[in-house]
Amino acid sequence: MNFGSLDLNTTWFILIGVLFTGYAMLDGFDLGVGALHLFTTTDEDRRVMLNAIGPVWDGNEVWLVTGGGALFAAFPNVYATVFSGFYLAFVLLLVALIFRAVAIEFRGKQPMRWWRQMWDLGFSAGSVLSSLLIGVAMGNIAWGIPLDARGEFAGSFWSLLGPYPLLLGVTTVALFAMHGAIYLLLKTDGALHAKLRGWINHCIIFFIICYATTTMATLLYVPHMAARVRANPWLFSIALANMLAIANIPREIHQGRDWRAFLSSCVAMIALMGLFGLEMYPNLVLSNPEILNSLDIHNAASSPKTLAVMLTMALIGVPVVLAYTVSIYWIFRGKVKLDKMSY
Amino acid sequence: MDVLSLSRFQFALTAGIHYLYPPLSIGLGVMLVLIEGLWLKTGKPVYHQMARFWTKVFALTFAIGVATGIVMEFEFGTNWATYSRYVGDVFGSALAAEGIFAFFLESGFLAVLLFGWDRVGQKMHFFSTCMVCLGAHFSAIWIVVANSWMQTPAGYHIVGEGLKARAEITSFGEMVFNPSSMDRLFHTLCGAWQAGAFLVVSVSAWYLLKNKHQDFARASLRLGLALGLAASLLQLVSGHRSAVGVAKNQPAKLAAFEGLYQTTTNAPLRLFGWVDEKHETVKGGVAIPGLLSFLAHSDFSAPVSGLREAAPEPQDRPPVNFSFQLFHLMVTVGFAMILIAGLGFLYFWRGSLFEKRWLLWLLVLSVLGPQIANQAGWFAAEVGRQPWMVQGLLRTSEGLSAVVRANTVLAAIILFSVVYLLLFAVFVYLLNDKIQHGPDGADLVPAGKLALPTREGA
Repeated sequence: MNFGSLDLNTTWFILIGVLFTGYAMLDGFDLGVGALHLFTTTDEDRRVMLNAIGPVWDGNEVWLVTGGGALFAAFPNVYATVFSGFYLAFVLLLVALIFRAVAIEFRGKQPMRWWRQMWDLGFSAGSVLSSLLIGVAMGNIAWGIPLDARGEFAGSFWSLLGPYPLLLGVTTVALFAMHGAIYLLLKTDGALHAKLRGWINHCIIFFIICYATTTMATLLYVPHMAARVRANPWLFSIALANMLAIANIPREIHQGRDWRAFLSSCVAMIALMGLFGLEMYPNLVLSNPEILNSLDIHNAASSPKTLAVMLTMALIGVPVVLAYTVSIYWIFRGKVKLDKMSY
Repeated sequence: MDVLSLSRFQFALTAGIHYLYPPLSIGLGVMLVLIEGLWLKTGKPVYHQMARFWTKVFALTFAIGVATGIVMEFEFGTNWATYSRYVGDVFGSALAAEGIFAFFLESGFLAVLLFGWDRVGQKMHFFSTCMVCLGAHFSAIWIVVANSWMQTPAGYHIVGEGLKARAEITSFGEMVFNPSSMDRLFHTLCGAWQAGAFLVVSVSAWYLLKNKHQDFARASLRLGLALGLAASLLQLVSGHRSAVGVAKNQPAKLAAFEGLYQTTTNAPLRLFGWVDEKHETVKGGVAIPGLLSFLAHSDFSAPVSGLREAAPEPQDRPPVNFSFQLFHLMVTVGFAMILIAGLGFLYFWRGSLFEKRWLLWLLVLSVLGPQIANQAGWFAAEVGRQPWMVQGLLRTSEGLSAVVRANTVLAAIILFSVVYLLLFAVFVYLLNDKIQHGPDGADLVPAGKLALPTREGA
């Protein structure tokens, strides 16, 4: 397909952003449910929580896999630099995601207490570690990582664990936990639902503290991540929308409109990712301190031909994917009821 | 060990273990479509019971397939960054297509397949089963296309020089339909159908031996044998077509498979043997004169290139004996599968299979056949391409990540080994548990929405 004068590189920058935002909004609640999992004590509650995400977590994880594939295809230099540079961090992330996945699958297959507790731990630890590492990776991208003239990562594993990336990691855990708690409100009823209503305040407070700290730290120590909004004050509307969306969450929960709380949480994530993308653009990986070595949408991109082919595939594939994703969420709507096929 | 050996070992380990599961998912996917289709058509309760039981087995293989597969998506970047930069333009798009067209389809409809029994009607459930099966096949298509491009690159040109050089797509169609992709896809899919079919055959034969779940086992065995035999016979066609392609496009690989050093007319086909790489001869074994020439070029007297011609420099040759042995292992097992499936089918048809306990035991063991052949075949295909990572363009030693050190890779190998061993143990344990538990008698009476008569039936 011919896309005329469309800026393919920018389009793919946005599309990759959309894929990772989709991942955060969808698998975010799965990982959040994992973070909350160990706070419940009865087997029945834990089963309800697992079955709340049971039919959908697998599809949600595909957003990450497809995001990775799209990054490989559209910006191979970024894919190569980030994954080889963050080697051990990504191996840990993969192991954490594996544990999360198989724990969901295997926990319910045997009734023994030790068996279920082992997988409960695997599920929760896998989820928390995944959220943390995703946040740490985002933090490093925002802070900037040392790249050499070839665009190769010039730091070490330990250099990735700076205070700012770790702060973003904790914030991500908090964000996902809050998101997961709201999702669970939608999927549960009875005593567990009432218990979750109590927890959600803690989640919101934990997130808002992290969010405020991250915002302050960003403004003080990572000024380049606020430069574009500073230069274009109208973009502050996105930051404002973000804050209003977050403030709306406790309001909707208080009034019992859990659906709207969930949507607010999604809007907050979209706004956060939007701000992140706006500040990064046109860079995909910021080189710090040698800013000239940064990987951007031009020096890291595939050929226009490939970007056009991929855009055609996305235009065919994405509407279909969205259509059946929505239908599947619709089929599995409503509160969780345990039956013999449940986890 | 150096980074190259360690990274190759890591890839072999993770890809090899991962590949135990997707063929089962693909093959069982076809079985599930057949079973549910028969259930829709005949309404016989045993098919419902079969659909329920084999869905559970499918879920198990699928779960571990996904869990181990996510590593593959990122391993190109972690261990083979230079390769990723070099081929991202071409290879990456196939991988992205796999995500968009295959993974979403599979994982989305899997939810309905597993948890939708009481939520959707019969037809919607059958449709979901078909979509999951289709998704599994799409995933095979894109990954085999990507791999085949590494075997027989097409539809690209090289842009830039030295470290900046990379392959860029010139024709997406030529890239997808590169000279080896369709034959290799057909070959891979037949192998996957065999894997699924013989798993069903194996479990059913075991129930028959133990006098358990007779009706269920007979119906499953019949379907499994039918698909297993069909796939095993088709494998003859696909295997032959692949070999012809290798002879044409990758003569050094074919020469290694056959241990052929000197270009020979009337080249013999070796049934087995041991390649002495130092003296460039094949020791022992049995050879059929002229058959290799005939199979590769449809002419008994046609010359077949030997390694001395196809890859004159020793550093351009793959490990010959290793490729030879794995290739021959695959072929031998492939023929054994035809024999086993044929015997099983023959006696099933005559009605005397259930008294032949030796044959039932053979069928129980048959599950290992496709797994061994699939592993051996892929190892032969990948090792036979060495020293090239992308045939003729990029050497494996040139594809490594520049910044990754040996001890880092070693740490990852240890971590993955522990996790994968644990996964494998859990898989075997749970599979055994499901088999011991057997199909559920209650499933003979459909419940929920599925119990409602279909519109036509009403």
